Amino acid sequence: MSSSARAASGVQLFRFAAPAEFYRLAGKLVPWFAAVAAVLGVVGLYIGFFAAPTDAQQGESYRIIFIHVPAAWMAMFLYVVMAFWAGVGLVFNTRLSAMLACAIAPTGALMAFIALWTGALWGRPTWGAYWVWDARLTSTLILLFLYCGFIALHSAIDDVRRADKASAVLALVGVINVPIIYFSVQWWNTLHQGSSIKPGGSSIAGIMVTGMLLMVFAFWTYAIAAVLHRARSVVLEREQRNAWAQETVAKRA
Amino acid sequence: MNWGSFSNFLAMGGYAGYVWGAYVVTTVLIATEIVMLRTRRRRAMQDVAQRARSGGVEG
Repeated sequence: MSSSARAASGVQLFRFAAPAEFYRLAGKLVPWFAAVAAVLGVVGLYIGFFAAPTDAQQGESYRIIFIHVPAAWMAMFLYVVMAFWAGVGLVFNTRLSAMLACAIAPTGALMAFIALWTGALWGRPTWGAYWVWDARLTSTLILLFLYCGFIALHSAIDDVRRADKASAVLALVGVINVPIIYFSVQWWNTLHQGSSIKPGGSSIAGIMVTGMLLMVFAFWTYAIAAVLHRARSVVLEREQRNAWAQETVAKRA
Repeated sequence: MNWGSFSNFLAMGGYAGYVWGAYVVTTVLIATEIVMLRTRRRRAMQDVAQRARSGGVEG
């Protein structure tokens, strides 16, 4: 590829870094991701409740896994993506990156809360306690606080660009918590069980894994739809003085 | 998986409070997020329209 052709395709890709182009593209993608999430969720729950057998040790209480694990994975994954875009915004001063980080935070906080809530309701019948100050649980609680801190810090600073910078630093410092959550079950002696899914052999039945992975993809596509939808609102909020935004809204009215 | 009856399904082998407590709260929270997303979008569009009426265009 010649350098001019490479530059041209680069320009094509960077086109979507312009808030106006991103707004249009995201608007087209949201319904598709939402629809895929709904279908995967229905199939995943059907398998989770009607195809997957009762667990030999935990009885029916294990069925919480079909929302607990997807929510916990998404809470960690979304944090890394949020910190990545916040960092890109901090280094390159790109407007859209910081907007994306802001759009991810509430959905990430929701996922972290769901992981903790469902974990508490799973912990009580299996360990005898809703909550223990164990490495995995504590670091996940810190993840929820990091999301809430990001949102609170951003809304506490009036100047949006300064708010972006300050909250980006918070997001980047907090990234250290993600590997701590992930490896906590190996590094410390913890009550939380180890990974059920490992490369080269899982500790749970095949149909359970199938249901769980379908729910993971359902949560994943839901999170993408929710984040893109919120990002469009953030773009409008920040670009309301721009002609394209006013024309776009006027066309819909 | 054959639950036999709907009441068996609801009973969740004695873990009804835990399993349904997890699923119902998750469903309510996700539904709440969807409502909040729509509210925020509506408000953002209103603000843009408001700004357009007051003539605050920059580019």
